[in-house]
Amino acid sequence: MEKFETIISNVVPLPAENIDTDQIIPARFLKATTKEGFGQNLFADWRYHEDGSVVTDFVLNGDRYSGKILLAGKNFGCGSSREHAAWALYDHGFRVVISSYFADIFRSNALNNGLLPVRVSEAFLKQMFRWVEAFPSAKVKVDLHEQTLELLDLGVKKSFEIPPFKKACLLNGQDDMHFLLNLKEEVIEYEKTSKYMQLIN
Amino acid sequence: MSRTLFDKIWDAHVIRTIEDGPSVLYIDKHLVHEVTSPQAFAGLEKRGIGVARVKNIMATVDHNVPTINQHLPIKDLISRKQVETMETNCKKFGIELYGLGHLYQGIVHVIAPELGITLPGMTLVCGDSHTSTHGAFGTISFGIGTSEVEQVLATQCLLQEKPKQIKIEINGKTSNGVSAKDVILYVISELGTGGATGAFVEFCGSTIRQMSMEERMTVCNMSIEMGARGGLIAPDEITFAYCRNKPFAPKGKKWHAALEYWKTLFTDADATFDKNFSFNAEAVAPMITYGTNPGMGININERIPNHNETSFERSLEYMNFSKGDKLKGKKVNWVFIGSCTNSRIEDLRIVADFVKGKKKAEWVNALIVPGSRGVLMQAQAEGIDQILLEAGFVLREPGCSACLAMNDDKIPAGDYCVSTSNRNFEGRQGPGARTLLASPLMAAAAAVYGEITDVREFLN
Repeated sequence: MEKFETIISNVVPLPAENIDTDQIIPARFLKATTKEGFGQNLFADWRYHEDGSVVTDFVLNGDRYSGKILLAGKNFGCGSSREHAAWALYDHGFRVVISSYFADIFRSNALNNGLLPVRVSEAFLKQMFRWVEAFPSAKVKVDLHEQTLELLDLGVKKSFEIPPFKKACLLNGQDDMHFLLNLKEEVIEYEKTSKYMQLIN
Repeated sequence: MSRTLFDKIWDAHVIRTIEDGPSVLYIDKHLVHEVTSPQAFAGLEKRGIGVARVKNIMATVDHNVPTINQHLPIKDLISRKQVETMETNCKKFGIELYGLGHLYQGIVHVIAPELGITLPGMTLVCGDSHTSTHGAFGTISFGIGTSEVEQVLATQCLLQEKPKQIKIEINGKTSNGVSAKDVILYVISELGTGGATGAFVEFCGSTIRQMSMEERMTVCNMSIEMGARGGLIAPDEITFAYCRNKPFAPKGKKWHAALEYWKTLFTDADATFDKNFSFNAEAVAPMITYGTNPGMGININERIPNHNETSFERSLEYMNFSKGDKLKGKKVNWVFIGSCTNSRIEDLRIVADFVKGKKKAEWVNALIVPGSRGVLMQAQAEGIDQILLEAGFVLREPGCSACLAMNDDKIPAGDYCVSTSNRNFEGRQGPGARTLLASPLMAAAAAVYGEITDVREFLN
């Protein structure tokens, strides 16, 4: 996992709510056995017509918006646990997703891949949509050290929450595995003493 | 100190808690399938490490398999490669695989319970969101991503923040024609798709107590559809009777010791939850969804509500429905009975019972896909296969099938499908396909009459 650096970028607005992971990456693209290349099929059914031609008014296809930050309606990433959704967003170039809340499994998957989910209030999210849609060239700064989100041209700064352990992982570019692999002895000790383990095995 | 059912299982599995951070949670059972595991196995190889506990793993193929001619090589070459990768990985890492043709093969969430691999008090994970199903046995079960699959393979542990806890109490007797699926669709329609985000839900109350294990699995299965990490139900005599004598359940002395422990797994009377909801099951009627998330459900006699909101309107546009529409009487041309929500033997019995001596409507394609080889064989032993064939249904071999448009079973663009599965997302059953979620009984009635009906009108 790459270290998470401070991001200054334009924002891509996608105001739909409850965007499920089937929309982010449809199941027919999950047949791959590697992690690479999912970005080209990100939002495939919204982005392309059935014959493969481009849906011109979809936000990822126009010239109006671009950037490393995706702004999306509430309950982003609900549904299937497919980590391919996080891989597809990252592969496309997104490093931050801003929403008023995220589905749990998507949130974990994003954090495990260096994609930062930033939770803001519903009111602030609405304000951001208005602002970004009115000024597509507006830049947003996401500083993980400070845990702040700054609308640069407006001088508006908001802080956001992230569990301290996950923050350290992102800043150091480490996933949970680094920590877990060091616990071998403790796990063996637990298995010896756990009453339940003895009952079941 | 008073503890909830969740607390008791959680506490018994925490190896250590990091200060200001997550806990290290020991995982008793890890279910692995072909779609969300190849990158995890590749990760292990890249790190040069093996699988920590092969005995804690159950592996099968279900999502990306055909449901016809499973004895022949898979026609779709990319799917074949994924299934072969699963076989190679299991061989390489010493994991037993219930592959195609195996007596135990089927949908992960159907086979683990029926084999006695899922048992009360466990922690259980799988790279699939519907792992919540296993909570029906009084377990902490939840879906994980592929990075976490890799972590569990390597260490048998996960780092988890302790979630919030919600209690959903459902009381009362359901009326004739109303099933567990209607109850859970009703609850989701009340709480919304994000209503339980960040939480585990304990289902309790007299309605839940009266349910069979199959019905409880249907309820817990769909707890993810209101955003919950998982659902769970305290084990009771119904649970113990179900588990007893299952192939992998403990036997003899061990069974009695386990039973004694399982009987301690309930929420203490004065334990508290972060949120409480209660519902009356007597108010529940057969449900049907009209939109593109599982929270968009109404009872069969209601009209589509009148919300002025962009996402809602977009959803109706996709479904080609209008505000104020009634769904009853709308023509459908597909019925899918299957998926980890409703493909167990009890579901097949309910369908067979209803369609016996009837014929499906001429214009309907009625597909019924058992959740496991075991369910299929049981159905054959009971003559259910003959009843379904005579009614014009197509009975397939086990797999996830048309639930997720990944394998060959897809619903064509623009067509309506009454489906017993769990998700009605845009394109879920095929690009452009329109899914209406319902119970097996409502689906069977839709197949026979060729339109959405109130099944109660045809019951005596």
